[in-house]
This record gives sequence, structure tokens and C-alpha cells, in this order.
Amino acid sequence: MTTVIKAPGEPAAERPGGGRPAKEGGKGPSDGMVLNVFSHGFLAVWAILIVLPLIWLALGSFKTDSQIGGSALSWPSHWHFDAFSRAWDKGIGDYFAHTLIVLVFSVPLTMLLGSMAAYVLARYPFPGNRILYYFFVSGAMFPVFLALVPLFFMVKRLDMLNTYQGLILVYVAYSMPFTVFFMHSFFRTLPTAVHEAAVIDGASDTRIFFQVMLPMAKPGLISVGIFNVLGQWNQYILPSVLMQPQSGSDPERYMLTQGLIQLQYQMGYETDLPVLFAGVTLAMIPMLVVYLSFQRQIQAGLTSATLK
Amino acid sequence: MSHVARGTGRGGFITGFLILPLALYLTFVIWPYIQTFGYSFTNWSGQSPTFRFVGLDNYAALMKDEVFRGALWHNLLLLVFVPVITILLALFFAFMVNAGGRSGAGGVRGVRGSGLYKIVYFFPQVLSLAILAVLFGAVYRSDAGGLLNGFLTRLGLVDPAHPVEWLNEPNLVLWCLLMVVVWHGVGFYLVLFSAAMQSIPKDIYEAALLDGAGRAQTFFKVTLPLLWDSVQTSAVYLGIAAMDMFVLVSTMTSGQFGGGPDHHSEVMATVLMRNFLYFGKSGYACAMGVVMLVLTMILSIVTLRATRRERIEF
Repeated sequence: MTTVIKAPGEPAAERPGGGRPAKEGGKGPSDGMVLNVFSHGFLAVWAILIVLPLIWLALGSFKTDSQIGGSALSWPSHWHFDAFSRAWDKGIGDYFAHTLIVLVFSVPLTMLLGSMAAYVLARYPFPGNRILYYFFVSGAMFPVFLALVPLFFMVKRLDMLNTYQGLILVYVAYSMPFTVFFMHSFFRTLPTAVHEAAVIDGASDTRIFFQVMLPMAKPGLISVGIFNVLGQWNQYILPSVLMQPQSGSDPERYMLTQGLIQLQYQMGYETDLPVLFAGVTLAMIPMLVVYLSFQRQIQAGLTSATLK
Repeated sequence: MSHVARGTGRGGFITGFLILPLALYLTFVIWPYIQTFGYSFTNWSGQSPTFRFVGLDNYAALMKDEVFRGALWHNLLLLVFVPVITILLALFFAFMVNAGGRSGAGGVRGVRGSGLYKIVYFFPQVLSLAILAVLFGAVYRSDAGGLLNGFLTRLGLVDPAHPVEWLNEPNLVLWCLLMVVVWHGVGFYLVLFSAAMQSIPKDIYEAALLDGAGRAQTFFKVTLPLLWDSVQTSAVYLGIAAMDMFVLVSTMTSGQFGGGPDHHSEVMATVLMRNFLYFGKSGYACAMGVVMLVLTMILSIVTLRATRRERIEF
């Protein structure tokens, strides 16, 4: 295989842009120019392939149903927002609320319990520590489908089917392996001197955790937090098994993802596609806003989450 | 004193911090996982409280189940094509973004606006699969109202009277779903590879340059070997995603929990869910779960072994 020889110690020449090294002088510029056009071409095509379907869908919210069915490339004839308000009335607003209710509890709880377990496992040696750690982390390796059938009956036995608290607890439990894994490696890197100083000052273990360690672990918490928010917000399989009305009188508490699929079926029958498109657009807008505001952290958080 | 706190009286603290997370994790994750194995040897319907031990009957039935075998085959196809296509595209774009720019006096660099490309490409990653399902359900519509058919009609490639039935065409449906996964994943892996490329020390390129390596050579002889760890991880992740596919198949294709037309887009997860929630064959569904687990394990090990290279330190 390829071997790479370490470059001689001489520092690299000043290079703007911080990219790759230059090709040899003579053929350089023209070659670079061709490649530049070539790469911009490909990159632009893919960018269009990403953006176009999304814009097309959003435009669909302003069309009429017959216009959507008639031709894909038609321009909306009127710019009313009534499809959006109808979508909201059809339940999108409720689905948003349900998802928020669950996440407001599940994400902080995930972070708290996950950090607590990770902290103890990372910094306190006790018999069985390693075993317990691997036990926690191994859950990330199994497909969720493996557990689905017994999980359903477990939640049923606890009488928590179609309840927020049931879904919250399940979300927290399934987010545990990754959260523990990530925070474990984070707590290990924190300096010991601070911990010792706190001990000398007479702080209790609990206090050290909440007032010293947790604030110091903030960058790690943000990364895992992003990961958990996105993961739980976009979760579909768990709610679609656990959050179905159990009887006629049981109200529906669909999560946003479930609700969209529900809307898709419903609008297929009622032939009101603008409502469906408006619903999806509404569901996309918060993600777009959050993404554009935090895209640097989200990209860094998700990629480091994968590689760790 | 070591970095860890010692002393008596810590037992209570350790237990206190571990008890809740552990209890939740055991109840909702580990115990169900274990139970699956047990149930997979029974004829449990899920509804009745009684069931009986049937040994390996469920597994024997699985081997004979045409639908499940078809689903398994589709999963294996996806398993090969999803990672290969996604990783190749992502590597290609990552190299373009990082090294496709014009080489000025200073050197080769990323294209102008590379930051913007990364922002746009990554966005599908934060959308839920449910949104993708609705979006591509509309894109693949089998009349002139679908984006794809609309375009092809406009270009004169498709007869407006007979548009392509993307998701109802037995030979096309799986590839349509595959394209959605690729569309969704490329940006993420581009950012991943891009970050890895940027962490490669410049002096290695300097050395390659002094040796007279061209751009392609630099990529294949320097960049790719140094990225190998990320490529390997990506292959495993994409493979696991290809084993699942439940959301897209169950919502975009026809049939109870998807899989249509005529089981041509069936994957193991959809067969499992149908048997569990629709046919009331919980024990049988559990056996499928176990098969999925075993395959996922084999997949991870094989991928990691097959792509093993000597680790290059830098």
C-alpha cells in the first residue's frame, strides 16, 4: 500500500486559502482554470439538485390542487396563504406542540442522566466500571427494530402507550448509549487539578459535578445536545409504534413526523395537495432557521458525533 | 492522588448517579432486546397472553418465506449500492470543494464559495425522513404533476400520455428509493471528508509536490489513504442505514407498511412491521429482528475487515 513519508521539517510556504499545494509553475494556471470551471459546474449541478425540489415543494403550497396535478412546472397563479392556515388547522399546529412538549422534557433529561452516568463511569473507579460502560455503549450497535415488539408490550404494561411521559422515557433511554459514549470521552479529558481544588475546598461530589464539571463540559454538551435534538425531533419509528390512539376516546398525540405522514394519506383521499405541501413547508421552516443560525455547530457536532 | 476521587462514602454517590440512567436503559432498551430472542422461539401473537415454545420453527418459516427472502435480497442490494454511490459522490465533491479552485500564485485551493456549497449540501441532513418521504413522493408522482415527469416531459424525453410510473414500476422502485438516500446523505459525508481533508498537515502535500505529483496523484496517493478511517466509518454507517430503510419504504411505496408494487421494494423492516402490527405474528416478527441483528453485526465486521489498511499516522 501507499506509504507516506513525512515531509522535511521545513515549514510550508505561505499559502492563501489554506488548500492544496500548488502544481508546478508553468502549466499551473491554465490547468487550474479548467478544473475550476469543471468543479464549479459539478458543484452547482448538485446544489441545484438539492435546492430545486425544496423550492418546488414550497411553491406547491400556493398552487391549486388541479394546478399541482396538471403540470409540475406551472407557476403558482395566486399567492394566498390559505393552504398554510388550512394545514395548521388540519393538525400541523398540534403536531408541533406535541413534539415540543416531548422534547422540552426528553432532551434535558437525556443530557442530565447521560452526563451523570458518563461522569461517574469516566472518573470514579469501582468494580464493574468497564463492564457497565460497555453495557451502556453497546446499545448503539443494535438496530431499534430488534427491540420494537417487546418494547411495545413493555410500554403497554406500564400503561404508557400514547402518553407523553412514555415517549419521553423511551427517547431518553434510546439516546443514552450515544450520550454516555460521547460525554464519557469528554469528562475524561477535563483536568484533574480543578477537581482536586474543589475537593480541598470541601465541595461534595454532587456539587463538584453540577457546579464545576458540568459547566466545564459545555462544548461537549452542546455537540451531544444538537445530536439529540435533531435525532429526537426527526424520530419516526418509535412514535409510530408507541403513539397511536389506543381506543376511540383516546386523543391522538402524533409527533410532527407521524403527523406529516398522516396528512399525506389524508390529503391523498381529500385531494388537497396544497395543504400537504404547506404542511411540509411549515415543518421545514423551523429546521431551516435553526440550521442557518447554527450550521457551523450542527455540521461540527454531527460529524464529530459520527467519528468519535 | 490519581485523577479520580477516592475515599469512603463515594458508593452512595456513584449509585445515586447511576441508578436512574441504568434503570431506564435496562427497562426500555436492554430488556426488550433480550426478550426479542426469547419471543423469537415462540408462536406468540402479541394479543393473547398465552403462547408456546416452538423452537426454531419461526426461523425455518423465515427461510421459506418468499417475501422475506425478497426483502433480504433488496437490503443486500441497497447495502452495496448506497455506501458505494454516496461515498464516491461525497469524495468527489469534497475534493472539488477543497482542491477544485484555480491555482493562483500561491497554490491550489478550494473553489470560491466552498462554504456556501457545504451549507446547501448539508441541509437535507437536518430534515426528517418523513419530510423526505412526502417531498420525494411528490417528485416521483406518476403523472405530469411530478417534478421528474414534468421535467422529462418538457424535455421531450417522456410521452405526456404515458408518464413514467416511478414508484409503481417494479424494476424502478428500489432505485428511486436509493436515490433519495443518496440525495439525503451526500452532503453529510462531504462535510465529514472535508473536515478530514483539512486536518491533513500541509507539509505532506508539500512533499508530494516536491516529488512532482499531479492533482490526481495527490488525491489517490496522499489524500485517500489518509482519509481511509473516515471512509471506513462512513461505509459502516451507510450500511446500517441501508439495512433499515423502513421510513422511506413504508411511506413512499404502496401496500400495508409499503413494499409494493408486488413486494418489489420490500425490505426486512417493513416485513417485520407488517407481521407484528398487521398480521399479529409477534414471535415471527421477533425472529426477523434477530436475523436483522445478526446481519448488521456481520456487515460491520466484514466492512471493517475488508477495508482494513495499515493505519497511517500523521
